[in-house]
Order: sequence, then C-alpha cells, then structure tokens
Amino acid sequence: MAESTYIAAFIAVAAVATFATRVIPFLFFERHTEHPLIQHLGRYLPAAVMALLATVFLQRSGTWTADLPGFDALIPGLLVIAVHLWQRNALLSIAAGTASYMVIQQTGVF
Amino acid sequence: MNHSVFRLTLPILFGYLPLGMAFGVLFATQLEYAWWIAPLMGVVIFAGAGQILAVSLLAANAGLVEVFVAMFVLNARHLFYGLSLLGQFRGAGWRKVYLIFGLTDETYSLLTSRPRGPDRAYEQTVDFRITAFNQGYWVIGCALGALLADNVAFNSTGIEFALVALFIVLTIEQLKALGDSLPVWLGAAAAGVAMIALPPAHQLIGAIAIVTAILLLHYRRIRGEQSSEGDVNRG
Repeated sequence: MAESTYIAAFIAVAAVATFATRVIPFLFFERHTEHPLIQHLGRYLPAAVMALLATVFLQRSGTWTADLPGFDALIPGLLVIAVHLWQRNALLSIAAGTASYMVIQQTGVF
Repeated sequence: MNHSVFRLTLPILFGYLPLGMAFGVLFATQLEYAWWIAPLMGVVIFAGAGQILAVSLLAANAGLVEVFVAMFVLNARHLFYGLSLLGQFRGAGWRKVYLIFGLTDETYSLLTSRPRGPDRAYEQTVDFRITAFNQGYWVIGCALGALLADNVAFNSTGIEFALVALFIVLTIEQLKALGDSLPVWLGAAAAGVAMIALPPAHQLIGAIAIVTAILLLHYRRIRGEQSSEGDVNRG
C-alpha cells in the first residue's frame, strides 16, 4: 500500500472506531430513554464517572515513588477542593490548583 | 452567550492546548508524515489518548483491523457516556451527529454538569457550541505542536493539571446538585480497584464497567424495595 493511501485509510479506520464507541448507545437505547433503568443510570452515572476520572487522573499526576508519595499531586488536588468549597468559582479553583501543580513540578520541591 | 460558553470551556482550553501540542510534537518527531496530518486527526478523530496511541500504531505500521480494535477498546468508555445524554440530545436534528461525535471525557463532563433551563433546543445549541469550542482548542493544539515541534519557548510543564482540577471541581458540583454522595464514593472506589487490578491502559474502562455494574445492582435493590413496599401497602 502506498504511504498516502495507508495514512488515509488509517485515519478513516481510527475515526470510525472512535465514533462507533460514542454513537452505539444512541443507536441501541434511543427508544428506551423513559425506561427507569436508563433514568437511574442518567442520574447516578455522571457523578460516579466524574469521581473516577478525578481519582484516576489525580493518581497519574503524582509521583508515588517520592519521599512524600503523591504529595506533588495531592496538595494541588486538596487546594482545588478547598478553594472550590470556599468560593465555588470553577475557574478560580482550577487556576489555583494548576498554578500550584506547575510550581511544584517545575521546582521539584517534593 | 458565546462569552459564557468561552468562560465555561476555559479550563478545557488550558487542558487541550498543551495536550494537543504534546500529541503534535510526538507526531512530528516520531513520524515522517506532513505536519498538517496532526490537526487533521484532531478534526476527524478527536480523541486525546486515542491519537497518542495512533502515533505508536503508525510508527509500527499496524494493520487496519488492529487499528480498529485498538482504537475501539481504548475509547470503549465512551460507550457509557451516551446513556446519560440520550434524552438531552433527543430532537437535536443535524447537530446531534456532531454532539455524539464530540463526546470526549471533558465535553461529557461539561455537558452533564452544567445547569439547564427548560428550553431544550436552546440548551442543545449551547451544548453544540461547547463541543465545537473544545474541538477548536484541541485542533489548534495539535497544529501548534506539530509546527513548533522542538522549539517550545514557555515552560508549560504541569499545565495539563487543569483537566484533573476540572474533574475535581465537576465532582464537587455533581455532589451538590445530586445531594447524594453514594455515586461519588462508588466512582472513587471503582477507580481504586481498577488501578490496583488492571494495567494503566484498561483502568478507565475497567472502573466504568465496575461502577456501572454496581449501579445496576443498586437499581435492582431500589426496585425490589419499592415493589415490596407496594405489596405492604396493598396488603
């Protein structure tokens, strides 16, 4: 296969596979939006997914082999929670957490 | 309205620009293809981890079946996202295909967390703009990274934490809106189990599968209690 044909086919296949994962629920469950099970998942799943995304990515942001394991990510994470509970301003909470994480990573204090 | 959409998506901007650039740099330094293929992938694929995986598949000259399977499995968590948006996207017309196409982790987070008014058509327009803004940041990031490749002037190390911070903020918002902390604890616990039991590539989908299974059991229990209460009332 010529190089340009390969990259075109590659991108097409990757795009179809990615779109398939996103469209399948709409193809198979569209008629059941009023079903109590779908309503139940719609109510509880976003909070659960958000918490697991936060947990997994927080864990991946930290250096767990350091003397104070994971502190480089846990401190910015706790700062986000504290600032958000205090002011409830999403941008402020995110900016505070991100800035502190950048300082910690770039200076290597932990 | 565009101003408020911009404000809402600002954390995504801070997350997607550096991540998109990371992908672009990786693409340009690892592969021999033209630089503009990097933003093109951002336009037609639009998946962060997926595109980074694609670089290694391209480098290995992977077969197309292998590419399909790898991309599908890596993005399989998206299978669960649509379930909570079926009603919200209903009747969105031509916009619906794009809303579904653009359902990344971050877009899903914003769409399921923001407060909504009764006018569904208006809310769908906002959803559409949020998705388009997010993809715009991503494509710009991919292009910048591939163009600049190794001369990045500003030390942006750590700026991608914006996405982690966004997920934390959205978890708090979900908790407040729901008034029930159960799903948050279930999500965190499922993530813990998946991180201990699975290699990094399968942790997200594993955690989502675990938490979905537990929510199904939870649903059965609630239904069971409701129907037995009904029996008591009837009796």
